[in-house]
Amino acid sequence: MIFQPAIIALLLAAGLSLAMLATASPFAVQLIRHWDLGSGSERQLRLERLTYLFSMMVALVCGLQVLSTLLFVFNADKMSVMFVGAMCAVGALNANAYGFPALYAQLALFFFASTWLAINRLDNQARDYPLTRLKYVLLLAYAPLAALVLYLQFNYFIRLEADVITSCCGSMFSEEADTVASEVSAMAPRQAIALFYAGLGAAVLLALWHWRGAGRRVWSGLAVGASSVVAFFAALMGIVAFVSLYIYEHPHHHCPFCILKPEYDYQGYLLYIPLFAAAAAGLAAGVLTLFARRPSLATLAPQASARLAGIAAAGFALFLVVASFMVLSSNLILLE
Amino acid sequence: MNRWIEKQRHLIDFTASSLARRKGKSLGLLVVYTLLVFVLASVSLYTHALRNEATRVLAGTPEVVLQRLIAGRHDLIPPGYIEKIGRVRGVQKIEGRLWGYYYDSVLKANYTFMVPNDRRIPEGEIVVGPALERSRGLAEGNGISFRAYSGELHTFIVSEVLAHESELVNADLVLMSEPDFRRFFAYPDGHYTDIALWVANPQEVRNVGLKLINALPDSRPILREEVLRTYASIFDWREGMMLALLSAAILAFGIFAWEKAAGLSAEEKREIGILKAIGWETGDVIAMKFWEGFLVSLLAFLLGYVIAYIHVFHFEFALFAPVLQGWAVLYPSFALTPKIDGLQVATLFVFSVLPYTAATLVPIWRAATTDPDTVMRG
Repeated sequence: MIFQPAIIALLLAAGLSLAMLATASPFAVQLIRHWDLGSGSERQLRLERLTYLFSMMVALVCGLQVLSTLLFVFNADKMSVMFVGAMCAVGALNANAYGFPALYAQLALFFFASTWLAINRLDNQARDYPLTRLKYVLLLAYAPLAALVLYLQFNYFIRLEADVITSCCGSMFSEEADTVASEVSAMAPRQAIALFYAGLGAAVLLALWHWRGAGRRVWSGLAVGASSVVAFFAALMGIVAFVSLYIYEHPHHHCPFCILKPEYDYQGYLLYIPLFAAAAAGLAAGVLTLFARRPSLATLAPQASARLAGIAAAGFALFLVVASFMVLSSNLILLE
Repeated sequence: MNRWIEKQRHLIDFTASSLARRKGKSLGLLVVYTLLVFVLASVSLYTHALRNEATRVLAGTPEVVLQRLIAGRHDLIPPGYIEKIGRVRGVQKIEGRLWGYYYDSVLKANYTFMVPNDRRIPEGEIVVGPALERSRGLAEGNGISFRAYSGELHTFIVSEVLAHESELVNADLVLMSEPDFRRFFAYPDGHYTDIALWVANPQEVRNVGLKLINALPDSRPILREEVLRTYASIFDWREGMMLALLSAAILAFGIFAWEKAAGLSAEEKREIGILKAIGWETGDVIAMKFWEGFLVSLLAFLLGYVIAYIHVFHFEFALFAPVLQGWAVLYPSFALTPKIDGLQVATLFVFSVLPYTAATLVPIWRAATTDPDTVMRG
């Protein structure tokens, strides 16, 4: 199934990301070994210039990850007609063992890239570039992750076999044996609702608190980071367990992808865009507070962290409002 | 935030005027870029429309078609076969169908002769498809003779020509009454070509198929979803092949974009030098170059897409049609229903804007990090 336009596009994007990171890696090693801002040597000047190129590259890779995540889900949804038993993206992703791991790796890559960009931005604001070494150590970790994404996606796509009519003479009635699981398992709605509102509410409050405190408290920053991760998973679980049910107005349709489709007025975007933005910002807010102890970042890091916490609070709150509105305006009665 | 927007606005303003100053160079890039988007968009718009058309056409067909096989070849359904199926739960309607092909040596083309189940055609009359009307110059009330395989000549009166709107399915169709059909082909009484089954619940279709195989081991059920899936993957495959062939063009475009971006003229270099000397930072120059790429990409993408849209839906994909649509003597002439879909646009974006952006990355960086004094002196 490799000759499908969207698949070629996805592999192209993953390959290009990996190629860019791989070319950057040798320079990153050089930079980690020889970076010395006090020196005015030829090499140091060259390295300083190269940092611009790398931040551009990672920004591009980050943008590319957003696009490919969307494309990946879209494509899985479109491919679902090709498999017996698959009704939507979940079925297509379940068509072999690599589907969901590829999606998860893709998401991990996205969050990694967004955090890197936040660190990069902070580093560029300080006069002595205190985080440069760390940035490039992270870049070295980034390349294997990109390789993993490419590996998983390639394996997923190459192992897909559509159930199509292959012969015009034999009996080709596709056998039932390889049915595809089309459903996502989900929690009981009552528990899920409790967890959903608790997790997201805590994340909003913590982020607001950190923002009000101008990001000066290190541990509140860390709490924002941790709670963002928890809230992100709570939100995804909530979407699977009950929000999607209310959107579809169907008590057994748990798919987190179908809400992106035109049949449901693209409502999923209203949920996922604030959610992903908030989770990325919250995670970065947590990571940035770690650098407040460095002298040149003593004021910059808390500032940046507080701003990101503000974005996270707004994003999670927006997500909560949108999700609650969808639940309340639905005709489905899930809980008596 | 406002200051940031203001800054970007000024940068865009500056970039647009600087692009306008270098008309020749910008225009060359724009033309090539637009051309690439045009070709890629034409291919994807066309295959997408074909895929939709196939889905639309197949939507009205029976869920299951049952054929009988002898030694792996398609054979006639003998009398009593339909009764043997009996009542299968979930099946709304079972019908024996009569159809066949007829080779017309005048046109050197095949027609599909068929007995419609949903309408009565009086004996001695036929209803023909639009392609037949065109190629044999037929009209309502005309008579036409066909030489049967037995050698006899049969004459029919054309009572109606089918609608042009559904030409994709009925171009080569000839509808006639059952007695005429049996007489013309010397078709044995009580035999049928195949059996059509309508199933109400789409989730029951596979069970019905399994039951049919168990009841009649010499039969072959063909499900509508299988046909649909096969069509979809054929169109996808053709589109993918076309894109794979075009990858050389994409690569060439990438090299072209790299060259264009790398070959800064002395004047541009001086411009960057002066900008940096009056206080622009490297980041600002990069932002300016980014906006330059963004504007060119956006313009080329929109232009290319619109031209491709016109090409596919108003000029019937005249340039590449032979590659993608297949071939037949009585080819239906049809207009496709315009349809744009998000996945397609996103895919196209990856194929055109991404190579451009990636190819210009290093040249942009190189231009932005040059020292002002080196360029102004050199």
